[in-house]
Amino acid sequence: MSPRGWDTPVDLEREPATIPDPDTTPVPADLRVEIEAHMANYPDRRSAALPALAAAQRVHGWCSPDAIEQTACVMRVTPAYLESVASFYDMLETSPVGRHSVYVCTNISCSLRGADELYEAVLKAAEGGIDGEPINVRAFECLGACDIAPMASVDGVYVGPLSTADVPQLLEDIRSGSPVLPELQLARRLVADPHANSQEFPRHPAEHTARAGAANPDIAPEEASFGAPMEGDRPGPTAAYEPTPEHHEEDES
Amino acid sequence: MAAPVASPKLLFNDIDEPGLCTREVYERRGGYDSLRAALALTPEAVLDQLKASGLRGRGGAGFAMGTKVSFLPKGAMDKYLVCNADESEPGTFKDRELMQKNPHLLIEGLIIASYAAGANRSFIYIRGEYVLQADALDAALVEARNAGYVGEDILGSGHSLSLVVHRGAGAYICGEETGLLDSLEGKRGNPRLKPPFPANQGLYQGPTLINNVETLSTVPTIIRMGGAEYAKLGVETSTGTKLVSVSGHVQRPGNYEIELGIPSREIIYGLAGGPPAGRQVKCWFPGGSSSPVLKAEDLDVPYDFDSLGKAGSMLGSGAIIVVDDSTAILDVAMKTAKFYRHESCGKCTPCREGTNWTVKMLERIDVGEATPMDLEIMASVQEHIIGNCLCVLGDAMAMPIGSMIAKFKDEFEAHIERARLSRGVGDAAGSDLALAAQGTLDAGPETLLASDPSGDQAPGEHAGDPGTHQGGA
Repeated sequence: MSPRGWDTPVDLEREPATIPDPDTTPVPADLRVEIEAHMANYPDRRSAALPALAAAQRVHGWCSPDAIEQTACVMRVTPAYLESVASFYDMLETSPVGRHSVYVCTNISCSLRGADELYEAVLKAAEGGIDGEPINVRAFECLGACDIAPMASVDGVYVGPLSTADVPQLLEDIRSGSPVLPELQLARRLVADPHANSQEFPRHPAEHTARAGAANPDIAPEEASFGAPMEGDRPGPTAAYEPTPEHHEEDES
Repeated sequence: MAAPVASPKLLFNDIDEPGLCTREVYERRGGYDSLRAALALTPEAVLDQLKASGLRGRGGAGFAMGTKVSFLPKGAMDKYLVCNADESEPGTFKDRELMQKNPHLLIEGLIIASYAAGANRSFIYIRGEYVLQADALDAALVEARNAGYVGEDILGSGHSLSLVVHRGAGAYICGEETGLLDSLEGKRGNPRLKPPFPANQGLYQGPTLINNVETLSTVPTIIRMGGAEYAKLGVETSTGTKLVSVSGHVQRPGNYEIELGIPSREIIYGLAGGPPAGRQVKCWFPGGSSSPVLKAEDLDVPYDFDSLGKAGSMLGSGAIIVVDDSTAILDVAMKTAKFYRHESCGKCTPCREGTNWTVKMLERIDVGEATPMDLEIMASVQEHIIGNCLCVLGDAMAMPIGSMIAKFKDEFEAHIERARLSRGVGDAAGSDLALAAQGTLDAGPETLLASDPSGDQAPGEHAGDPGTHQGGA
């Protein structure tokens, strides 16, 4: 089956799609195995909808009609059911996107520290894509990493705090397939609480080439103009501040 | 300022020890001993310990965990335990650190809680963005299964438990417990009508206990210390320690474990270093972006559930977002409202329309199309959202926006007036409001409407890009 898009007009005369016939719906063997493994995890097979769609998206690049149909065929549900699910969740793509994704968090904590400028910079730098393939740059809602604000999730790998100066290297790392900004990866960061660790521990090893996630630029660019990068404020992954009482003496005059 | 905060570290103790995410290191540090101790007790005795600890849910609502467990019906039936690891409240990132670095702690707590609740099937619903953390949980789960901690007849106790790490796919609303259940059932994450409450009819219509990551991760400690001993930490109605995520305009953003009841100032200034030099706290969200904002004068409020409630806000998920005086309150309100507009599932009219219109009205202020009367309308929109929806997503916008309008009314009015002037509308120049606005402009850094010395919030910026603002107006 050749890939199809969504832009063809809907045929109102046609009966709604039924559960796809396994005889006429070829499904890649790996995908079938993965979806069936997910289904086995739950008392109700429909619970596997999210992991199954995520798996199909990894194969097809987005929740394309083929991806939906194959998932529906294995799960024995209608394509419409899965489309209703896919259209609800931000990480499931309902239109074609590039294989590499950069989610820039533009929620409040990151914006206070310059995320809107960062997003604009990434958007601009990624305009031409990588080697002709578009990059999926999105302004994302809070990614849960406000401690490294402003930050981005690059194919699932959290990096921050980022400045606009980091953007070229970030894109270069995506292009070359090497770990993205290893020094700024969240995985390496120690906890902020100065009293948590009773001794000095080394930083965590650099991680982690996550699977290509996905996403799409359907969120309108947020207005830039909110917050600015804080001066001299790159604590770095070790966030080294002395766990001494002295710094608690802020002046409150 | 008082002495530095050195709260006992129950959750964060040596959390960066290499290999803590493996069973080997975790067990060397006494991991799974609490599970063995709990399985030697009756489920009722474990439940008594949880009740005695006074532990309140760490996800946002602050409901007593022991009581919640006891709501589940007794008797032999399929009961479910769901760990809410969706952590999508803006400003919150505590569970992320726990799951990534100490996943076995959560798994152990979850097994003990399932024993107390009599639940045999459990799920960890983790947000899809947390790839690293979900991978850590998956790896830990394999180890726990191999060791016989998860599965049939755990350690010969007769208690069986299945556990699945379920990855979400990006939706704030799935952190709401009934939305989470629908999502876990493979549907769109729409919240459900309550009652029936999940304790009676939750996942697959079965009795379901839903707890936050931090809550469950605390359970092994409670078993180890004893509930009564744990309850001595913190203050009377807010026992124990709490992970606090501090972010925004502070010098050392990050997660801190504090004993509940310490002054908020000690967290924001003492631990997180306060705003950058020369800046003052303008307002702060004490419990995620859903909590009503407090001002600098509230910094001495003790950080616990009831004190923050009395101060007109809430502890929520324990996420402090600090906004300093370089930022206009309108921008904070706009970011907040836009987030909830994006995340509203659309099921209930007050939330779907209320979030949308709030954003539009804020945009009108920004481009100079609003009048001071619009503030009253906006405040009344917020009032009509609260309590009128199936879930609290709408409230979660209405509470902070309502509090901003109430507490920064002057600034909003001045912004309205200034934006109108710069747009050249009407004869407002001679009005009292315009003079007031002028006064505010001259008042210095405290009000931010003024041209900010750092230049990051120049007044003209808003009127300058009407294209993006006008869309919905």
